[in-house]
Amino acid sequence: MIPGAFDYHSPRSLEEALSLLQQHAGEAKILAGGQSLIPAMRFRLAMPSILIDINRLDDLRYVEERGDHLAIGAMTREHALEDSSVVCSAYPLLHDTALVIADPLVRNQATVGGNIAHADPANDHPATMLAYNATVVAKGPKGERTIAIDDFFTGLFENAMADDEILTEIRIPKPGANSGGAYTKLERKVGDYAISAAAVQLRLDGAKVAAARIGLTNVSAVPMRAKAAEAELVGKSISDSVLEAAGKAAAGECDPSPDLRGGVDYKRDMTRVMVKRSIQQAVVRAQGGK
Amino acid sequence: MSEHEVTLTINGESVTRSVEARTLLVHFIREDLSLTGTHIGCDTTSCGACTVLLNGKPVKSCTVFAVQAEGAAVETIEGVAAGGELHPLQEGFWEKHGLQCGYCTPGMIMTAKHFLEKNPNPSEDEIRHGISGNLCRCTGYNKIVEAIQYASQKLQADAGGE
Amino acid sequence: MPQLDDRTEPHSELAEGVSAKMPTTDEVQIKTPENIGGMGHRKKRKEDPRFLQGKGNYVDDVKLPGMLYMDIVRSPYAHAKINKIDASAALEMDGVLAVITGEDLKAAGDLHWMPTLMSDTQMVLPIDKVVYYAQEVCAVIATSRYIAADAIEQVFVDYEPLDAVVDPFEAMKDEVIVRDDKEKKTNHIWHWEAGDKAATDAVFNDAATVVKEKFYIPRIHVSSIETCGMVANYNKAREHMQIYMTSQAPHAHRTVFALVSGLPEHKIQIISPDIGGGFGGKVPVYPGYVICAVASLVTGKPVKWIEDRSENLQADSFARDYHIEAEMAADKDGRISGLRVKTLSDCGAADAAANPSKFPAGLYSICTGSYDMKAAHVEVDGVYTTKPPGGVAYRCSFRVTEAVHMVERMADIMAHELGEDPADYRLRNFIRPDQFPYKSPTGWEYDSGNYEAALNKAMDMLDYRALRKEQAEKRAKGELMGIGISSFTEVVGAGPSKDYDILGIKMFDSAEIRIHPTGKAMARFGTKSQGQGHETTYAQIVAEELGLPADDIEVEEGDTDTAPYGLGTYASRSTPTAGAAAAMASRKIRAKAKKIAAHLLEVGEDDLEWNIDRFQVKGSPDQAKTIQEIAFAAYTNHPQGMEAGLEAVDYYDPPNLTFPFGSYICVVDIDKGTGEVKIRRFVAVDDCGHIINPLIVEGQIHGGLTMGLAPSLFEEIVYDEHGQNLTGTFADYLLPTAVESPKWELGKTITPSPHHPIGAKGVGESPTVGAPPAIANAVVDALWHLGVRNIDIPITPPKVWKLLRDAGVTD
Repeated sequence: MIPGAFDYHSPRSLEEALSLLQQHAGEAKILAGGQSLIPAMRFRLAMPSILIDINRLDDLRYVEERGDHLAIGAMTREHALEDSSVVCSAYPLLHDTALVIADPLVRNQATVGGNIAHADPANDHPATMLAYNATVVAKGPKGERTIAIDDFFTGLFENAMADDEILTEIRIPKPGANSGGAYTKLERKVGDYAISAAAVQLRLDGAKVAAARIGLTNVSAVPMRAKAAEAELVGKSISDSVLEAAGKAAAGECDPSPDLRGGVDYKRDMTRVMVKRSIQQAVVRAQGGK
Repeated sequence: MSEHEVTLTINGESVTRSVEARTLLVHFIREDLSLTGTHIGCDTTSCGACTVLLNGKPVKSCTVFAVQAEGAAVETIEGVAAGGELHPLQEGFWEKHGLQCGYCTPGMIMTAKHFLEKNPNPSEDEIRHGISGNLCRCTGYNKIVEAIQYASQKLQADAGGE
Repeated sequence: MPQLDDRTEPHSELAEGVSAKMPTTDEVQIKTPENIGGMGHRKKRKEDPRFLQGKGNYVDDVKLPGMLYMDIVRSPYAHAKINKIDASAALEMDGVLAVITGEDLKAAGDLHWMPTLMSDTQMVLPIDKVVYYAQEVCAVIATSRYIAADAIEQVFVDYEPLDAVVDPFEAMKDEVIVRDDKEKKTNHIWHWEAGDKAATDAVFNDAATVVKEKFYIPRIHVSSIETCGMVANYNKAREHMQIYMTSQAPHAHRTVFALVSGLPEHKIQIISPDIGGGFGGKVPVYPGYVICAVASLVTGKPVKWIEDRSENLQADSFARDYHIEAEMAADKDGRISGLRVKTLSDCGAADAAANPSKFPAGLYSICTGSYDMKAAHVEVDGVYTTKPPGGVAYRCSFRVTEAVHMVERMADIMAHELGEDPADYRLRNFIRPDQFPYKSPTGWEYDSGNYEAALNKAMDMLDYRALRKEQAEKRAKGELMGIGISSFTEVVGAGPSKDYDILGIKMFDSAEIRIHPTGKAMARFGTKSQGQGHETTYAQIVAEELGLPADDIEVEEGDTDTAPYGLGTYASRSTPTAGAAAAMASRKIRAKAKKIAAHLLEVGEDDLEWNIDRFQVKGSPDQAKTIQEIAFAAYTNHPQGMEAGLEAVDYYDPPNLTFPFGSYICVVDIDKGTGEVKIRRFVAVDDCGHIINPLIVEGQIHGGLTMGLAPSLFEEIVYDEHGQNLTGTFADYLLPTAVESPKWELGKTITPSPHHPIGAKGVGESPTVGAPPAIANAVVDALWHLGVRNIDIPITPPKVWKLLRDAGVTD
């Protein structure tokens, strides 16, 4: 299938990109990895008249710990998360997530920033960033600002950035001691979107859960936190009944749409199962296991 | 509608062509450069038959615009046999019957080539995950896995011998 | 035993070397040394070097000077009147040369309709209405692929939607008629029966146990990685049409084209070059092919048409869609006594299944399977719906997949009902080796078989009894583990001329072998490989017969100008037909070679014996002439009165089909939380008679098993109530990757075909036939104690989950 025609710009600097974006506000789309945009263009579901290709912005490609957080440049390719030793060792929730995004080839082109900016509840990073309480950094003509992840996803394919802003960096707070996280994704086959997936990041205080954040994938119109599920965990020791209560809560508070992946009841129940499994794994890691 | 001049290296050789911005890299390779070893098997970035190396990394060339490859190094199946000698992967696919109709094969080999560079001694499970972006309908994958295992052993032996 | 005696003398002489009752072995027979590479050698494929280096020549690789591109406007409705097609905007675009509509084809000589392989008719392009979602409505011809894609967006069609006919049972009520072009206003196409109804009813009346079950085998899609396409190149000066086509049967296609278009057959050349997978999807004639050829005729320029994957998934190459109601009867000893089957075949908007013409339901009546029973009766009704036509594809062996799924599920249900182990139940119900050749209650004569040997071997390979123990232990702990068996009988090699034809053309196949003076050979065939390795396997057969090294034999297929007439490659027919022709043609050559050798050695023919690659004097082996020496002599020193040259043609009319068989055992574990089915082990023991190349046979089996796994757990074409295809891309039509596909474990037995010249049977579809019931049986076996009796494929996690939760089982 062949995309419609468009005008193409390939800025060499962020400033140039921002200036182009301002110039063509409303008409232009940012081309990052293109692994969501180009397929949509090939089916002519998206027909932007102007594309601003930001793949030459090498300055936006990095994964590095800076003091109290992990900073990921928006144009970092997904595979870099798999390859990063700091992600593998200290951010297992992120590592889990990176391994199940699309397939290995798509991960060589797709970008972390693109995955998040697309604000697609079916993408995997939004739930994970919610679980991490990440911060998004956006740059626009008025300069740079940070947006808390809880405020970032505003609607289906809608985020809190203005038309003339570009997502430049994601910051993940460094998990403290006794922290653990996990991402469990139920998919029909490798490369598919989730039937349901749960991202859990928690911290233990002794045997009890001191803090927990849970993000859910593809069971709502907007990427969501399972706050009722979180409430079932905080202050409690993990037991079968606590796990089940948290899973049930997540199942109840999500809002899946029926499709070929399953009906509403099935997806709710899978949310329960994914949340339970992610919590279990997160606890194991918080206790020093893998 | 913009036309752009694209200069890139293809299998080590520099080429320049004028293309529409919307020209997909796979069409550029097949039509503008007449290298038809890279194939098209789907329209949803699902099958991997179009896999090429872009600056050393395997990507689905149906989901990249040719203009994005400006200044890049692109490698296709036609460049894999260096100096006319088959690469251990090509040998492995031949020895182990890792192909039947041959249509997914170039994409599989490009993916496997990079995979083995990153992971020279992979487990079977790692190989299966490594090629999970490439669909094959003919082989049932068993012998593709064996072909890649053959190549990994040969590459390690060759490396050891140097 | 099937007789060869209605043949002419040479054939009956030539069918030597294979006796009627050869025992089962499991050692591959190798009679030639490796440098000759005859049968049994694990020879590396001769065709691989070009594919490995990206030098294959597939249809989309063909580029001809001045070539134009065709793209197709398709219907967004399953059923709709066409009020108007406005192509004016498209025609105004730079680079658009023409828009072809149904009216244009009608004016060009009633080409807007074409015959189907089942002698029905199908629209090439519509005039009045469309009858399936994604149906071809008109075609744009442009100077580039990209312009053609833009142009189809600029064609505006005024549709008036009609009620879709999606449910075949509803269709049978004839409330909405799909084909109002027909005289009889009904959706019911045909009714077909096999077996003895009265005898079957009697058996059921006497039965001690009867089990009934319904099965729906949904539509699936072959999804070869290469889609369909054509480059049509009409040369006005020569009045010659050259066509590159993704065709599994180029000669049959050429004849059909000639009859439909009026172009003389000698002025049509169809070249089927390298084909990226067929699996039956490249047997039918699709409207796109016809329009492309017409476009070239009209413009006098080459025209290329390559369908997108979405078009391919939505408009062509589907398989299955059988709604089955089955009953199995057992006597007081629990032995299977009868089978009664009613089936509704959802044919889509035309009866275009690629069946031999006398078999609207293909070889479905093989459905008594591997079991010895007294009587059976099977009836099938074909019905029109507003969906694409087709049905016979996806390695189905002409509906044997459907037949075997039914009987293997029924045998398993019966075994479970009677409280017997499914393996033991099969062993005591199998047709016994001494019963072959076996006449089945539906009229088949099975040539050879040894079902117990295959099943016993499979059971040994995974220590079946230990697995049953494990299952019992796990069940006590509430864990869900299942073991499923499928012991199938396949029937391939269509087929004997008295019963088999495609649109009247008999289903023989052919080999033409010519040996050059320097001892190299050219061998051409009427079949057409799409990955099955014919360039190697046919060479190995000829090497076996003539002692010429396989590497010295160049195999060609697919160019109708040079290849002898054949019916193509599908339904696992190539080895049984063209493979036999290769052997027979070789034997004709050997007969002439013997005369030349006698002349060279100055002895009588009776003094000579053949030894691998030479004729030698009996008792004096040093006096010999190799095949190479004989070949040279055929051009330089042949006996006076004998024609020069060393070649032969054989058109092989098989005396019977062949009956490959096997036993598969699948072990599954079910995740109580998610309903996912995990295949822990899958053992496949196949018997395809004598093996030409074990490496290639293994590859065919692996590939076929993955294409058996896919419909079992993943693939299904889904329509909504308006007949719109919901699984029209690979995003939702789910092909297994290397992660979903298990590590298949293979075993073999070898029970040669008594009538085939090299004792071989064909194997490509056995695994796709045998695997789904093994998997389905395993899942049902895991859940039987929860009251589950059947789950229709694909067995998806939501389906399993529902059964678990309904039974009160959770994580």
